[in-house]
Amino acid sequence: MKDQQVKLEMASRRRFLKGISAALGGLVVGAWLPPMAPKSAAAEAVAQGKASLGDSLADGFGAFVRVGHDGRVALISPKAEMGQGIQTGIAMMVAEELEVGLDQIDIQEAPPNAELYTDALLQFQATGGSTSTRYTWEPLRRAGATARMLLVRAAASVWETDSNLCHARDGKVFGPTGQKISYGDLVDLAATYALPDDVILKRPEDFHLIGTPATRLDTPTKVNGQAKFTIDLDMPGMLITSARACPVYGGKVRQVDDKAARRVPGVRDIVILEDVVAVTATNTWACFQGLKALNIEWDYGANSKIDSAVVDQKLQDAIQRDGVVATEKGAIDASLQAASSKFEAVYEQPFLSRSPLEPMSCVVHVRDDGCDLWVGTQVPGFAQQTAAAVTGLKPEQVKVHNQWIGGAFGRRLDFDFITQAVRIASKVSYPVKLTWSREEDMTHDLYRPQYADRMTAAVNGEGFPVGWQHRIAGGSIFARYVGSLPASGVDPDAVEVAVDPIYKLDSLKVHFIREEPEVVPVSWWRGVGVLRSTFAIECFVDELAHNAGKDPLSYRKTLLAHKPRVLTALDLLASKVAWDSPVPRGRGRGLAVGEVFGSIVVTMVELSAIGEKGVRIERLVTVVDCGLVTNPTSVKAQMEGGTLFGLSAALFNEIDIKGGQVQQENFHAYRQLRISEAPPVEVHIVPSAEAPGGVGEAGTALIGPALLNAVNATFGDRVRRLPLVRSGYFIA
Amino acid sequence: MLTLNVNGTTHQVDVPGDMPLLWVIRDILKLTGTKFGCGIAQCGACTVHMDGKPVRSCVLPVQSVAGQEITTIEGISEKPLARKVQRAWLDHEVAQCGYCQSGQIMSALALLNDQTSINDHAIDLAMAGNLCRCATYTRIREAIKDVSESVGVWQP
Ligand code: FES
Ligand code: FES
Repeated sequence: MKDQQVKLEMASRRRFLKGISAALGGLVVGAWLPPMAPKSAAAEAVAQGKASLGDSLADGFGAFVRVGHDGRVALISPKAEMGQGIQTGIAMMVAEELEVGLDQIDIQEAPPNAELYTDALLQFQATGGSTSTRYTWEPLRRAGATARMLLVRAAASVWETDSNLCHARDGKVFGPTGQKISYGDLVDLAATYALPDDVILKRPEDFHLIGTPATRLDTPTKVNGQAKFTIDLDMPGMLITSARACPVYGGKVRQVDDKAARRVPGVRDIVILEDVVAVTATNTWACFQGLKALNIEWDYGANSKIDSAVVDQKLQDAIQRDGVVATEKGAIDASLQAASSKFEAVYEQPFLSRSPLEPMSCVVHVRDDGCDLWVGTQVPGFAQQTAAAVTGLKPEQVKVHNQWIGGAFGRRLDFDFITQAVRIASKVSYPVKLTWSREEDMTHDLYRPQYADRMTAAVNGEGFPVGWQHRIAGGSIFARYVGSLPASGVDPDAVEVAVDPIYKLDSLKVHFIREEPEVVPVSWWRGVGVLRSTFAIECFVDELAHNAGKDPLSYRKTLLAHKPRVLTALDLLASKVAWDSPVPRGRGRGLAVGEVFGSIVVTMVELSAIGEKGVRIERLVTVVDCGLVTNPTSVKAQMEGGTLFGLSAALFNEIDIKGGQVQQENFHAYRQLRISEAPPVEVHIVPSAEAPGGVGEAGTALIGPALLNAVNATFGDRVRRLPLVRSGYFIA
Repeated sequence: MLTLNVNGTTHQVDVPGDMPLLWVIRDILKLTGTKFGCGIAQCGACTVHMDGKPVRSCVLPVQSVAGQEITTIEGISEKPLARKVQRAWLDHEVAQCGYCQSGQIMSALALLNDQTSINDHAIDLAMAGNLCRCATYTRIREAIKDVSESVGVWQP
């Protein structure tokens, strides 16, 4: 591993130097990026010399940072902007070390390039899993610092003085006798130097930008209608296309009568694929009308016999079994035997759709000599690979132009819609923009799996768990996404948090029981395994506290004595909500705590009961310790949005299946929290100098259990299945 | 041919009369600030103003709006109140992905144009038709409250 890293590092260096000579007269600074996982399709192809790296440095792209003659800094963002504010965060990291203003930075989307832009935490080029800040933190600051050092050195050589006597500020280098040169005038000389080996990053106490609530760079055009998302793009000669795939996953087209569809004004072509029929037209409405006018006979296939009840039953059965052991610490059987009591509960979570507000959309132009894709994607490398596979072109002939994303939540880690767009575009001679209707989008999502967790604790005389057995049953996203499970047979995502709970336990045994629903494909959401495990554990611990007749907060603290950061967060929450003072009659408070995505989060929900089943959310407070904060505004926004996103799902959302078909087609049936129902989210950030943690999914992870724990505290009703409305509750 | 008045400009469009205004705006007039989210008046992403009132353009056949004054997000920046709203949206860092925000701003602006007294309940009524999948609701409320205060119509 070490050797390989060194080798790749050398290769990366060479390319860097080559990049400088060919760059467009500017300074190009890359930073070393580690290799990617052999499981990544793109990476594997690259490693075996089967695929190109896409845009190469020799074409004029620096890995991360390029300083132009005009002094402007091009930042090639390895992370897609989908509302999380990451591109501003990365720009802050670069600007801080490069000593330029945020307004000097122009952000460009990174092209597919597995070697350069692989995220070491995800092990492929992607935006997701709350890794963006955690991962870019080091290499992006280093890229900025490297460029600064080269520029300072160039200035020093112009002035024939020592670099140590010069310093950089606001895009200029200042010399010992008050001389100054702007970066733009130094880039040619700086570009002739080799990369320094001794890059020193700033100490946090010297930051002047990082940690400040800097204004997002992408928002000004998002308030005046000028921001362009994929769905807004227009190309010369482009037609719109929309598609209908077989309503049952795995089904096929038997035959199509398109006479009526062809008569719809504006309709150009009907494209019939094995499992999909598409209409192209001069406008979106004509596409939708054309699709409606099609008379399609489907061969629904085997899945058409499956209803939600079947999936349910399979999971109920599965959770009673043992599975593949993901971890075993101590002797759980002995613990259970010796325990003064045992407690067991099963927690269930439904299929969920991602349904970002921008429906799936992708612009494609397939030509004999190449293919261009304009698409907002979390996985540009996979987009390139799939287009190459469909068209038979070489990956380097496929150009991916990443776009701002109108919401992702994991949806754009999948590239099914990109594949479909390229399949359609391959059948016509003009560029097309695929736009799905909301109905197509919701019924042809890939779904967060339905899960069951069975927790069995051995409880000591004081009511504390000495150990527990945690069984997890459901489909494996990892296997679907990567192609197979690891040799262990354990889905590493599904068991996250479960295999390393924050609580101190003498014994622990975690089973993964793979039970594929078959009827729909399963996929990522705004956090998956972390959320599922956290939900089960936090509901369960709350029940244990309740059974022991103890306060749920102090009960948790007893089990968390070895986690000082978590205790600090809990104490902060307790003081913010005056936990020790009594709750008014008819109200109840629920709590959940977790160490998720590298951050610590504590969430508290206070409810009041309106009649027997009416729920009013009186207060929602969350405390986050996400280590060193790049932009506190973005952290708060992510905690607010993530928490309410999770609340919406915990209250309302569930995908049902009947005859193999997803029943929820639009937002009337898959309803979302509205402003009138959304409580204010109070976010408190724990000041911290620890390494940065993720926040995109952190809030989402804690709200579900906090809500159900609050329902118990308020109504004396232990609900163990999401969503809450399933148990007859409503928002009052 | 239908005659449409959008953002103060008259357009002749050759489209079927039942085509929803949304698609005329987006695909024919190429004003893409108005968004498509659901097509069934559930999300509010397509909100525009018709004679100053907020409407869901995805369910409005274009023939029914001929002769009326249509305003889209692209047509508001000249108006001082609209600029205040946009400013407040930036000051409060409302937008996340931003996809819903054209619609949010059009609904908020209609509320502020229309009401002489605004409180939380009025915000609920005016804004409940606009979904935000990124759930930026806390900030939307703060931004509207901020503008209401600055123009003297906030009455809790
Ligand atoms: S697109 Fe019109 S309300 Fe959703
Ligand atoms: S900001 Fe993303 S949907 Fe509202």
